[in-house]
Amino acid sequence: MATRTHRSPVSYIDRTREYYAALGYTRPYAWAHHSDVPFAALAKPLSQSRVALVTTASPWQDDPTKKLKPFERHGVWAGDAAHPPAKLFTENLAWDKETTHTDDVESFLPLRHLKAAAQAGRIGSMGPRYYGVPTEYSQGRTEREDAPAILAMCREDKVDAVVLVAL
Amino acid sequence: MSLVSRHLEANGIPTVVIGSARDIVEECGVARFVFNDFPLGNPVGKPWDAAMQAATLGHALDLLETARLPRTTVQTPYRWSDDDAWRAVYARVDDSNRAALKAEGEARRAKQAAAKG
Repeated sequence: MATRTHRSPVSYIDRTREYYAALGYTRPYAWAHHSDVPFAALAKPLSQSRVALVTTASPWQDDPTKKLKPFERHGVWAGDAAHPPAKLFTENLAWDKETTHTDDVESFLPLRHLKAAAQAGRIGSMGPRYYGVPTEYSQGRTEREDAPAILAMCREDKVDAVVLVAL
Repeated sequence: MSLVSRHLEANGIPTVVIGSARDIVEECGVARFVFNDFPLGNPVGKPWDAAMQAATLGHALDLLETARLPRTTVQTPYRWSDDDAWRAVYARVDDSNRAALKAEGEARRAKQAAAKG
């Protein structure tokens, strides 16, 4: 048994605050916090439900002049779930680029695994599209613009449940 | 991402979040959360480990059916590696980079100030 002086999961809120303080930013980022949490139950069995995926990654961009800069915004987007992308663009996002890589898209957008779940009858079907939502510094913009845009696409695609994967 | 999950839930669509930043997701508060205690970047499972990725998605689908209350978190049994050295890597600040980070921040602010004119 190992013993610890801190909880095991990395405290990213603390880590980020200390990192930006080292950069000289004195006002810490204020993370979203809610005391109430909405909860919806499945309206029908999962084996009859249509499930879609959401990612924070962006479409792959070969042109170096068009690559997104750190924290640059792509906007809400969607891709064809029947054709999983070989690559997605993640360089503008905050993840551990020293320890790992994002070359395997299924490690953060499991479209092939979701399709297999549909073929196995675990879910009714896979949504026709997967959705992309930017990681946004402004929580207001996520709440006012991006989240309603994702909801509209889910309704258009008659999606019953959503799996969101935060990179 | 957690805010999008909350918006879908509030409009009647059940969701599950898969992620590796436990404190950020739980601080925001979501209905269902599958936590892989991994470095940020591969929350569904290690790159090229299809069995682990399929299992993580399976835990997420299970949670859609079994969670009865919001803020239900499930942690997978997976470990990134035998040692925990990766935990110290992301956004590390120590004596080796403190001066460089300070200079980088100052350069960034000077550039922003110049851009504003």
